[in-house]
Amino acid sequence: MIEYGTNVVAGAVPGKGDQETAGVPVYDTVSGAAAAEDADASVLFVPPAFAADAIFEALDADLELAVAITEGIPTQDMAKVNKRLGETDTRLLGPNCPGIITPGEAKLGILPGNIFADGNVGLVSRSGTLTYQVVDNLTERGLGQSTAIGIGGDPIIGTSFVDALEAFEADTETDAVVMCGEIGGEDEEQAARFIGEHMDTPVAGFIAGRTAPPGKRMGHAGAIVSGSGTGTAQSKIDALNDAGVPVGDTPEEVADHVERFL
Amino acid sequence: MKLHEHQAKTLFADAGIPVPESRLATTVDEVLDAVDEIGYPAAIKAQVHVGGRGKAGGIEIATDRESAERYAESILGMDLKGYAVETVLVEAGVDFADELYVGVTMDRGAGEPVLMVSTEGGVDIESVAAETPDAIAREHVDPAFGLHPYQARKVVYEAGVDADVALDVASILSTLYDLYEENDASEIEVNPVMITRDRRVVAADAVMNIDADALFRQPELAELGEASYENDLERKAGEYGFDYVRLSGNVGIIGNGAGLVMTTLDLVDHYGGEPANFLDIGGGAKAERVTQALDVVFSDPNVDSVVFNIFGGITRGDEVATGINEALDGLEELPKPVVVRLAGTNAAEGMEILNTDLLAVERTLEAAVQRAVRDAAEVTQ
Repeated sequence: MIEYGTNVVAGAVPGKGDQETAGVPVYDTVSGAAAAEDADASVLFVPPAFAADAIFEALDADLELAVAITEGIPTQDMAKVNKRLGETDTRLLGPNCPGIITPGEAKLGILPGNIFADGNVGLVSRSGTLTYQVVDNLTERGLGQSTAIGIGGDPIIGTSFVDALEAFEADTETDAVVMCGEIGGEDEEQAARFIGEHMDTPVAGFIAGRTAPPGKRMGHAGAIVSGSGTGTAQSKIDALNDAGVPVGDTPEEVADHVERFL
Repeated sequence: MKLHEHQAKTLFADAGIPVPESRLATTVDEVLDAVDEIGYPAAIKAQVHVGGRGKAGGIEIATDRESAERYAESILGMDLKGYAVETVLVEAGVDFADELYVGVTMDRGAGEPVLMVSTEGGVDIESVAAETPDAIAREHVDPAFGLHPYQARKVVYEAGVDADVALDVASILSTLYDLYEENDASEIEVNPVMITRDRRVVAADAVMNIDADALFRQPELAELGEASYENDLERKAGEYGFDYVRLSGNVGIIGNGAGLVMTTLDLVDHYGGEPANFLDIGGGAKAERVTQALDVVFSDPNVDSVVFNIFGGITRGDEVATGINEALDGLEELPKPVVVRLAGTNAAEGMEILNTDLLAVERTLEAAVQRAVRDAAEVTQ
């Protein structure tokens, strides 16, 4: 992250206060680090058993943004985090995500900086490696990115597609958006409604999991709660098409759509 | 992670939820001993991780010793949707007047647990949810505070449960929420809760799934965990620790990251091939992992060609290439053609050192998939 140009001002590791790593001072607490070094964002690389506690600590430190990379946080922990999140002004990205990058400026997370190029295409995705794939297709065509956001693949996440799309719509440096979804849940359907009603910036979509056999990943519980047959790739593609969003059959086709927009 | 009905019911009973008297049995003699103690009618229920056991012949009601023996013989050892039945639960029959559905699950959209109650119990609740969603009353629970007792009463009354048993049902629902929380469940369903003719409330079935990500703090439950694989390939992949799903096609797929692997499957389909499997090798790809992944995919007799697609973030392309080369070390030829595509961190370095005597290499995902589809088509001709 430091190599990429991110201004990393402090680390926080309990018991490691008053030390230094890679030229960066380390503090025992997140609030201590944030106060002493005037930090406004944090990235969490904390094992699942302690990750919810680490997110609460980031929320308590009143940071603007917390990015949780950790995969495998118990869902009931995330429900509690989600509840607290609604009562604070901090934006949480993830968990189970690769982070966020503004090419040429900064990144928070583990995205490989070398595949990105500076430009005006915003990208939001639930999957890490699929993000890289689509970025690769865009960069190959000379379609640089304003910001790429990995929102994470867990059932309960801090920043939804709608939140990310809202931020792109407000961003003057973003002229087109790519949204990569996948089967399960109904975040993509909600995003489609948001695009139809609130967005002028053109959006191209990609949905992974068309060939996934039903029942393998789609939870029984989700089907009961929604009771409306959402969650399949087809339902998401239909919802996006209805909102005027073209959905590529391949990552190449997604880049084709973006090229037409610009 | 799924619990068996009898395991969930043990948790229920320990928490004070009424369940029918029961015994576990693994032989016909044990079934007969059990019915001798419990009496008739008695339900004989296959203990396998399969939905719709009743319709598939895995649940029968014995009315006398002769029928108990007959059903024990037919159910023990039967193949229930691919699972061999080794254990049955022998349970006292309940003389019921009404059946309810009661459940606790995570509403992922709301990010909160939700209680669900319906008077249309005893039937497939997913059809009820799809056809008459209003027949299921729901109440969300603040996960930080926990359940207020009034919420359980509210949702039970809202569902239209008979007044004389409503408080008993609400009490069961409160206990189920406690169990949901204490055990890190992802879902608990009781379908049906039976109302007996003498107006008692009994949990007649039990579905309970535990959040696999929480097993590190649920050691006792983790021990109950019994891998449920649909075939030997899924067993092998599971033992190696891969996320793997077998499909019916002939193009084998190995990749990293769920979204990208799913996309690779979709592209195989898009270019006219049929995916044989989903295999996520996860982060990193040391020689041992590559060997194991190839072992799983090569073991599938349906596979005619393989596409190996890695996009490195923290995973470095040169390390993956070294891992692949080491995995192939000593092999004269591959049992099936493999096309490799590396991208991301240090991908160019990786592509250069790959063993191209044995492997085909492509630079883009699209080209790699098209080549694997072509290879598979040539084999089947």
